Amino acid sequence: MAEIRNYTMNFGPQHPAAHGVLRLVLELDGETVVRADPHIGLLHRGTEKLAESKPFNHSIGYMDRMDYVSMMCSEHAYVRAIEQLLGIEPPKRAQYIRTMFDEITRIGNHMLWIGSSGIDLGAMTVFLYAFREREQTIDMYEAVSGTRMHANYYRPGGVYRDLPDTMPKYEETPWTKGKKLKQRNEWREGSLLDFIEAFARDFPSKVDEYETLLTENRIWKQRTVGIGVLSPERALQLGCTGPMLRGSGIEWDLRKKQPYAAYDEMDFDIPVGVNGDCYDRYLVRVEEMRQSARIILQCVDWLRANPGRVMLKNFKVIPPTREEMKDDMEALIHHFKLFTEGYSVPKGQTYAAVEAPKGEFGCYLVSDGANKPFRVHLRAPGFAHLSAMNELASGHMLADVVALMGTLDIVFGEVDR
Amino acid sequence: MIDMSNSLSDQLEACFGERITVSDPDRGMVTIQVPVDEWLEVAQTLRDDPRFAFGQLTDLCGVDFLGYGQEEWETSEATSEGFSRGVEGLGPGRFDWKSRPEAGDAEQRFGVVAHLLSHSQNMRLRMATFAADEGLPIVPSLVEIWNSANWYERETFDLFGIIFEGHPDLRRILTDYGFTGHPFRKDFPLIGNVTVRYDEEKGRVVYEPVEIEPRVLVPRVIREDSRYNSDDIDRAADDAGSLASGTE
Repeated sequence: MAEIRNYTMNFGPQHPAAHGVLRLVLELDGETVVRADPHIGLLHRGTEKLAESKPFNHSIGYMDRMDYVSMMCSEHAYVRAIEQLLGIEPPKRAQYIRTMFDEITRIGNHMLWIGSSGIDLGAMTVFLYAFREREQTIDMYEAVSGTRMHANYYRPGGVYRDLPDTMPKYEETPWTKGKKLKQRNEWREGSLLDFIEAFARDFPSKVDEYETLLTENRIWKQRTVGIGVLSPERALQLGCTGPMLRGSGIEWDLRKKQPYAAYDEMDFDIPVGVNGDCYDRYLVRVEEMRQSARIILQCVDWLRANPGRVMLKNFKVIPPTREEMKDDMEALIHHFKLFTEGYSVPKGQTYAAVEAPKGEFGCYLVSDGANKPFRVHLRAPGFAHLSAMNELASGHMLADVVALMGTLDIVFGEVDR
Repeated sequence: MIDMSNSLSDQLEACFGERITVSDPDRGMVTIQVPVDEWLEVAQTLRDDPRFAFGQLTDLCGVDFLGYGQEEWETSEATSEGFSRGVEGLGPGRFDWKSRPEAGDAEQRFGVVAHLLSHSQNMRLRMATFAADEGLPIVPSLVEIWNSANWYERETFDLFGIIFEGHPDLRRILTDYGFTGHPFRKDFPLIGNVTVRYDEEKGRVVYEPVEIEPRVLVPRVIREDSRYNSDDIDRAADDAGSLASGTE
């Protein structure tokens, strides 16, 4: 009889279910995974090193490219770290705007997640449904920052500008006109806040649609129930955060436990799983989307009632407006210094973490008093989650690796940095 | 966050005494400076002692303190020729491989910083150490205590060349296969060493010496002047908590 040996196989670096550039070296015994060794770094751009050579504000845009499906949350961690070192506190309106956009980001992220892990496991329709709604969240990004993905919207001391009064509308095309055009622009007649409110009110019904497709779907359950079970003890040991930790039954959410921005004034629930398998993590994420919509509505109400500044008025850190610059010598000098040199940040070190959609996104910042950071380290949730891959995949079938990739919610921008 | 950091630093002092240096809470977090030979024992106690119960290592990274506190632009004094120019520094990103700054005999150059999180007590702690030998920095590995340290230590090894003794699988993780050097060290040029491209004639990917010029336009400058005396920015926060206070 011929000798039977394990063989190794490459999963990726280009695989539609790898969610980016991951080379996963799998040692297989038949169809069973014996060992999984992720080779990462194919998207390593040295962001942390780049940040050391630039004034603080220049790196905010790089943070969008960390987790490039939850852009503003990464910005939030970095900006908060700078604020902690400077000892400044943004105005309340800015805090609410950040809270609202963090949640919009969470919905956008989970929508991409539900769509792509659905399509990985053979559920095509949910992908189309999810991207329909995700488009709206991207439109919100565009309305507020001018760009659809890499917003570069948060600043130390607030957000770049206030919410716009108008929402861009669809234009008439040979295919979209008359009644159809009116229907598509229905939410867009008023301000951005009107649009966000209409979206958030409607969104739970859309989540119902996704759930109709998946929650009781026999194939979906066969592919996810009991797959990738993570006990609470192991989840803690392996550095899991966010839905990965909550799926295993640990009630831990930075928005509740160590609140930042305006989360301590928000009313929302933390969903927790029981079994710690892929299906529970799916349920946790679905419920998070509903809770996000709740938070967004609370923010909309507050923001409607409380106009005001969205940036500190502190020329040492925040540039003066064009009008101020034109008729005030001091403002002109500050403007010049801020744009040629930036601001110096007091000596010290800090760690600021936010509850990003994928888990705890942290920024460790060391400053030696210069206008550039001395060391930036970004704690990406996906990095810790992917390091658990070997343990999760061992003993499962090859086809389950795809389900595991989905449940980890990996984005290589943040894993490789 | 409930600010328990004061009582935490008291408890740390009570528990470890002279063995570690406990800083005052700085921006809501206590930092402990641990000698490298106590690194494992302290970590073990922090995880298992119910007073601390730091069940999770959220983050671990290296810091290269070469050039800490150095600026590229002399702005406080002028000579008869006027102020110095801000274009001639050797700060991060402004040199290539040939003109890289001398590492010299910088003491306590490589630090390792770990961030711990206790879910039951809802508190965080920063734990830092310095590797003893700058030529061959070695720090004991925390993998056995917190499994999540595995990849973080691989990353730190890859980027800083810090060796983690006892690590089960200390391979490079982020850089290319066959990469030489440790790119996040302060004497490693930002532009790198080699570029990679596909060669039509040879029909394969080739590595060549890097051709681009260092191009960092804003000089690194430290401002200690009155700009931060305003009420909004409180500079009173002393540097006692700074990990780097040992290097100054």
